Amino acid sequence: MTVSAATAERSGPAGVRGTATSSSPARGGAGPRRNRADTKAGYAFLSPWLLGFGLLTAGPMLMSLYLAFTDYNLFRAPTFVGLDNFAALFADARFLKSAQVTAIYVVVGVPVKLAAALAVAVLLNARHRGQGAYRSMFYAPSLIGASVSVAIVWRAMFIDDGVADRIQQLLGFPAGGWVGDPGMTMPMMILLAVWQFGAPMVIFLAGLKQIPAELHEAAAVDGAGPVRRFVSVTIPMLSPVLFFNLLLETIGAFQVFSSAFIISGGTGGPADSTLFYTFYLYIKGFTEFRMGYASAMAWVLVIVVGVITAVLFRTSRAWVHYTGDVR
Amino acid sequence: MTTATVTSTPARQARQRRRTRSVGFHVLAVVVAVVILYPGAWMVMSSFKPSGEIVGNVNLWPETWTLDNYVSALSGIGGVSFWTFVLNSLILAVGSVVGVVLSASVSAYAFARISFPGRGVFFAIMIGTMLLPFHVVIIPQYILFNSMGMVNTFLPLLAPKFLATEAFFVFLMVQFLRGLPRELDEAARIDGCGHWGIFRRVLLPLMRPAVITSSIFAFIWSWNDFLGPLLYLKRPDTYPLPIALRLYVDQTSVSDYGAQMAMAVLALVPVLLFFVVFQRYLVDGVATQGLKG
Repeated sequence: MTVSAATAERSGPAGVRGTATSSSPARGGAGPRRNRADTKAGYAFLSPWLLGFGLLTAGPMLMSLYLAFTDYNLFRAPTFVGLDNFAALFADARFLKSAQVTAIYVVVGVPVKLAAALAVAVLLNARHRGQGAYRSMFYAPSLIGASVSVAIVWRAMFIDDGVADRIQQLLGFPAGGWVGDPGMTMPMMILLAVWQFGAPMVIFLAGLKQIPAELHEAAAVDGAGPVRRFVSVTIPMLSPVLFFNLLLETIGAFQVFSSAFIISGGTGGPADSTLFYTFYLYIKGFTEFRMGYASAMAWVLVIVVGVITAVLFRTSRAWVHYTGDVR
Repeated sequence: MTTATVTSTPARQARQRRRTRSVGFHVLAVVVAVVILYPGAWMVMSSFKPSGEIVGNVNLWPETWTLDNYVSALSGIGGVSFWTFVLNSLILAVGSVVGVVLSASVSAYAFARISFPGRGVFFAIMIGTMLLPFHVVIIPQYILFNSMGMVNTFLPLLAPKFLATEAFFVFLMVQFLRGLPRELDEAARIDGCGHWGIFRRVLLPLMRPAVITSSIFAFIWSWNDFLGPLLYLKRPDTYPLPIALRLYVDQTSVSDYGAQMAMAVLALVPVLLFFVVFQRYLVDGVATQGLKG
């Protein structure tokens, strides 16, 4: 009933087209007219994304690539300086510090977070009552973890003589602050990341559910214990999901910003210990207005993340195990 | 008699074993739950404590209950009402939802249902943008929006949503569309529908779950967004809640933790409401995302 208007509008060709394509829906039977109409429709439907990609992603990327080779402060026209920005970057102690802080955060934080996510996913995968409720509960921090509210709470908890301090004393560790101690801010930030293990956990859990029970049973019959089954059945079967989580979490970890900004009060301190890469980029670009320099930083980040992504994809051939129909 | 007892013993043992394992599961799960929920519970309970009673207080239960923190949180900052911040946040979040749903669903239809030259390349590029560090575009985007006089308006934050720049949503909807049978399109085409008719009348109504999931994520991400408003909104009366919260933390003396906690709680209320009501959609949306890559 509802389609009658459209039928009246284009009754002639539509009928012909319908019979021509119903036999082979994918490709083939359709005439050149259908193809041309599809091309037009395709670009029309895709126009929001095409515009967005051109104006807000590809164009800006090219522009920042150009700016990376200039000196630009938003108020005077950019002046070309060649590779000066890149040379200055690698002589800039604060830049090197921010790269180091971010590298430690990625290299330590991501594996710890994924290990926590996998451990809890395996725990929840044993079908017991309440599993769904736990799953939702554990996911909740992922939804709010990047918010300013949580950063404020984290700062209040980890401040000198704060709750974290008390808890570590209750557990028998020596007293000492977190927020004020350059050596302790990284563990604090990693704890904040690990607290948000819920999102990768949910993805692991969905992957675990897809592993056929027969595989575990067959391994058990062959005499494999739980640890052996985890290493030889669960991990290989889960490797595509593991790869996906590793990629997503690594890229995400490179971009941490707001929690470090709030916790350090916009300074990156103490002693630049929370000066994450994107944070320093923000300072250079938007408080010092050195936009050429900041663009050079942005492109170094793109290249580093690109290389890491490529390496992950390359090595994945060796350890990611795809079964049958998937890929 | 004797046979009955003989057969029941292994059964009882099995039941016993299952019960022990179940208890072990719940003990572990509750331990994790306590660790996970503690910071949130601490925030909520601290917001009802007098400011002096908050820092370093491991106990959740307030010794004395007070609403003073909420009174000072609701009194606004620097002459701007608290409700102005709420309204700004709402405009941005609702605008984001509308933009994301419109642009992502239409783009996803093109990717999933129309065959045209270039589709494969564009799809690969779209997936690629998911891996691209967002920070590479913030400086040129700022220069662009600044040159158009859009700083201190919501446009720089909303325009990207209407142009499907967040590939996550396009991808989510493409995946959902691929799960709908193609016979639907063919039937509609025989009835005389063009692409717009197929999309609008047949597929879009069926995409409801994907639309709901996308809406919730779009709302929450916009509501929590800090970097975007930090870049573009400089006048206090344009601040959404996260920026207001930051201003509040910077302005109030360090000791007024009570009001900070109250405001942090208030800023999270809509997110938590969404979570409670739509948790299935959220969790399942995340779960499917990793599997069909």
